[in-house]
Amino acid sequence: MPVTDVQHDLDTRTLTITADFAAPVDRVWQVYADPRQLEKVWGPPSHPATVIDHDLSPGGRVTYFMTGPEGEKYAGYWNVTAVDAPTSFSFEDGFADLDFNPNPDLPVSINVYSFTAHEAGTRAVFTGTYDTAEALQQVLDMGMVEGASSAIAQIDDLLAA
Amino acid sequence: MTEHAEDRADAMFHALADRTRRDIMRRVLAGEHSVSALAAKYDMSFAAVQKHVAVLERAGLLTKRRTGREQLTSGDVNAVRSVAAMLGELEQVWRGRIARIDELLAAPATPPVAPPVAHPDAPPIHQED
Repeated sequence: MPVTDVQHDLDTRTLTITADFAAPVDRVWQVYADPRQLEKVWGPPSHPATVIDHDLSPGGRVTYFMTGPEGEKYAGYWNVTAVDAPTSFSFEDGFADLDFNPNPDLPVSINVYSFTAHEAGTRAVFTGTYDTAEALQQVLDMGMVEGASSAIAQIDDLLAA
Repeated sequence: MTEHAEDRADAMFHALADRTRRDIMRRVLAGEHSVSALAAKYDMSFAAVQKHVAVLERAGLLTKRRTGREQLTSGDVNAVRSVAAMLGELEQVWRGRIARIDELLAAPATPPVAPPVAHPDAPPIHQED
């Protein structure tokens, strides 16, 4: 398993996962630059992804849907905010309807993926920040605590913020 | 995530995306409250508070029981905790993607990609290791 580190940062509300791949940086970049490769890795085997639009450039948009076992479809989109090929790109990842109109009621995550040469391969750092106002964040904060008293303290912090 | 977990997540996120409902959660996690006692804490109608309580109940975040004419509500600590499990699921989503990238990178025949554009000042590329 190439994952070498996982961090849950409560203060910045960020999930950071580090993985080492046995391939050069350019090759790892192609996984994201090529929609046919991206769709192979994005959805789980039970919900394969189909990438429709794919513009991996600043201001560009990537749209995809995943198809469940019963044929049900879940659509999502990326708003690409920054690209520094082949070493990093940033995007907002959100949910959409099947016409790819963003769904404002569901969380949007801010993501930064970066790739650097490491030993004979590539070290990838994936960060996702879940900042949709309070919704997802609130839930994550509460999920990190043990017991009711800590849960109350977390909610208090949020209400005081 | 499974569809069921996604539906539960949607219900929880929706329930907690409201200031009053989070405040109600804070109170009912601390101890059982009657809906009328809760209603007295907010500058809104009993019916409005009752509606908020119903949203939280549907999301599985609090439970209601009735004694006499009173409806008593308390926060479900386990439901709040199960959110930790959802974060764990999210991590598993990422781990799954990483495992698939690893597999794809290890696959022998990958479609040809555009050759890298050589920098004018770059030395010639040598293929041998």
